[in-house]
Amino acid sequence: MNTQSNAMTESSIQSQGIAQAARAMYWSIRRELWENRSIYIGPLVAAVLFLFGFVINMVSMRRSIVASPRAQQHDLLATRYELSGALIMGTALIVGVFYSLDALYGERRDRSILFWKSLPVSDLTTVLSKLTIPIVILPLLSFAISLATQFIMLVLSTVILQGSGVNIAALWREVSFFHVSGVLLYHLLTVHGLWYAPLYGWLLMVSAWAPRAPFIWAFLPPFVICGVERVAFNTSNFLMLLQERLAGPGDAMAPHSAPKDFMATLIPDHFFSTPGLWIGLALSAVFLFVAVRLRRYRGPI
Amino acid sequence: MACIEARGLRKAFGTTIALDGVNLHVEEGRILGIIGPNGAGKTTALNAILGLTPYQGELRVLGRDPWAERNRLMRDVCFIADVAVLPRWMRVSQALEYVGGVHPRFDRAKAEGLLAKTTIKHTSKVRQLSKGMVAQLHLALVMAIDARLLVLDEPTLGLDILFRKQFYDSLLNDYFDRSRTIVVTTHQVEELQHILTDLMFIDRGRIVLSCSMEEFESRYLEVTVNPDQVAAARSLKPMYERQVFGRSILIFDRGVNRNIDRQQLAAIGEVRTPSIADLFVAVIGNQSGMAQGAAQ
Repeated sequence: MNTQSNAMTESSIQSQGIAQAARAMYWSIRRELWENRSIYIGPLVAAVLFLFGFVINMVSMRRSIVASPRAQQHDLLATRYELSGALIMGTALIVGVFYSLDALYGERRDRSILFWKSLPVSDLTTVLSKLTIPIVILPLLSFAISLATQFIMLVLSTVILQGSGVNIAALWREVSFFHVSGVLLYHLLTVHGLWYAPLYGWLLMVSAWAPRAPFIWAFLPPFVICGVERVAFNTSNFLMLLQERLAGPGDAMAPHSAPKDFMATLIPDHFFSTPGLWIGLALSAVFLFVAVRLRRYRGPI
Repeated sequence: MACIEARGLRKAFGTTIALDGVNLHVEEGRILGIIGPNGAGKTTALNAILGLTPYQGELRVLGRDPWAERNRLMRDVCFIADVAVLPRWMRVSQALEYVGGVHPRFDRAKAEGLLAKTTIKHTSKVRQLSKGMVAQLHLALVMAIDARLLVLDEPTLGLDILFRKQFYDSLLNDYFDRSRTIVVTTHQVEELQHILTDLMFIDRGRIVLSCSMEEFESRYLEVTVNPDQVAAARSLKPMYERQVFGRSILIFDRGVNRNIDRQQLAAIGEVRTPSIADLFVAVIGNQSGMAQGAAQ
């Protein structure tokens, strides 16, 4: 009886602790979005500008699109859809890099770290909430924005091409809206979320450590390592390693290849058995561990 | 249980010793003022208490090791580091929401009530507020948290006298209830004199004086004498002497010189309790070496 009630209180304390940690996480992420509005404004602006260009392009190209054979019509439109996705993803990537570089440096520079540390939020929760932005929030956001953009593009092209003799129904069918967006979501979550995790981990670690100018501390060391390796051994393994990481998990999946082949190259089995993925994730864990330790010791600068 | 218990607290930055074996014992329900010159180790001591910096020696705050359990400790401890740490991009409404979200003991209605007494608008960003308003906002946030220990490090630095007065009045009237403990450091000592229950002087990483305010009042006497009585006053071995408008002001430590009493001094001049600021100058300015033993 007694042990049972003890176990009960213990488990209720534990679940209370978990609820508290989840609340702290939720509010930490919300506050990141309050502070860094570029997280959603960046991709949104990219989408709006793209749509603007798209309308001009469609109106001016209307005649040549109508005149071209059907297969070519499809290609013309499909390239633009892919381009919109790429532009929004690229913007999100840049936003993510700059966000991560400032995440643990900015709070030390403006002394607000003393306010954050006066509240019952652990360094681990803080660092994880800041990692969540580039690897979960930004991919999901850019997915939602890409989806909306492509839908608007489809509607716009329908309006612009209406009555021109182009088969609109075929257009809707052939861009295979949901198929492509499914692939996009998968790409965003795997490549931007998991494959790039060590890059963001590195940026966060530098941001937690740098006494000033985190940008230089983040990008100079890889550059110097490449240079030294070149001079000392006349090889460029490190550079290749970086290129491989940035280019995405090449063999395992081939993003932006012909849309028809997407599903074939995107087999999850393939991706999740790539050693590079797991090495990268292990490395991210190390970077994050160091970032958490550093934040514990660091005060305002 | 003591609120803060430190034994042999040490902290060095390279070759600079910031804390040199500090012993500290603060009971619950006290208001302790820590006073010291710049670089004396006040902030380092507070940082150790708040789990912001590692240290050597033994330290327990509310029974916990602050460095190992900072985030758990912060449920029971609040601090205002100085007036400029609220994030400048944050809106007042966001600050209320965020603190309410992460702090289980935050009473939002109380914070809103405190803010209603000020001219701070919920839609304002911190960067749009004046320095005094930021301090008011931070104090409202902190006072709405049901904490057991509140640490204030130079909370009124750079504020004008009206805000400073308001700050301490608000703290005493709306917050302090004798079960809470407040530790405060400041250079504006005069404003603190009437609210403290305990006093500590720290210099070069060491505690040079530590006593309750009752002890302070019974132990230290200040007498103002005319030039013709100076010799008589000096013969009673004052700890400190200064000249003001041709008259001499002498401070006596009855802890050292037990024979002195009020009547004796009243015979040669005007007697009163020295201000904390004057005693501070007497103790720290008189050094080095004249370390007053801890009274507690």
